[in-house]
Amino acid sequence: MDIMEKIDQQVKSHPIVVYMKGTPQFPQCGFSSRAAETLKKCGVEFAYINVFEDREVYENIKSYANWPTFPQIYVSGELIGGCDILLDLFAKGELKSMLENASKTA
Amino acid sequence: MTINRIELIESSLNAALNPTHLEIIDQAKQHEGHRHEGAGHFVVKIVSEQFEQQGVLQRHRLVYDALGDLMQTDIHALSIQAMTPTEFSQ
Repeated sequence: MDIMEKIDQQVKSHPIVVYMKGTPQFPQCGFSSRAAETLKKCGVEFAYINVFEDREVYENIKSYANWPTFPQIYVSGELIGGCDILLDLFAKGELKSMLENASKTA
Repeated sequence: MTINRIELIESSLNAALNPTHLEIIDQAKQHEGHRHEGAGHFVVKIVSEQFEQQGVLQRHRLVYDALGDLMQTDIHALSIQAMTPTEFSQ
């Protein structure tokens, strides 16, 4: 399978997936850590991909999404943004319901 | 080194987005001991008419696009606050 197809399949087969440096338990970057903590606070299940464990994904997802940094958070197959946008949605009180809806309709 | 980077970021953003307000803050100290230290962490506060009618995702993409290769070479992490002149004045 082509790497772009592989990424596309990962993104679309999980209602919520975060591409991050490290894991939610052992994040290896402050931004990935904050993103994972914020997702946890919403109390919904989410998938994660540790980009340090898959070099091909690490190198290609930036062009897949036209987004040059990590973390990248995908909800219902769409990029919603990185850490700043996620925290902003959380602060505005919009994130939890967005994630819950994505989980329900999956 | 850091001053050069800030100048590079500033000139790239000025050229592409013609901002009415631009602040670039170096936050490298937050990343001491981090595996990527060397390439910096910056906060950009930018106000531009080009953000009108754009969602937050698209605004961030405009900033990333303006920075181009700097995102790979000189910038490890970037926090973006992108506002329109109307939003900024409120």
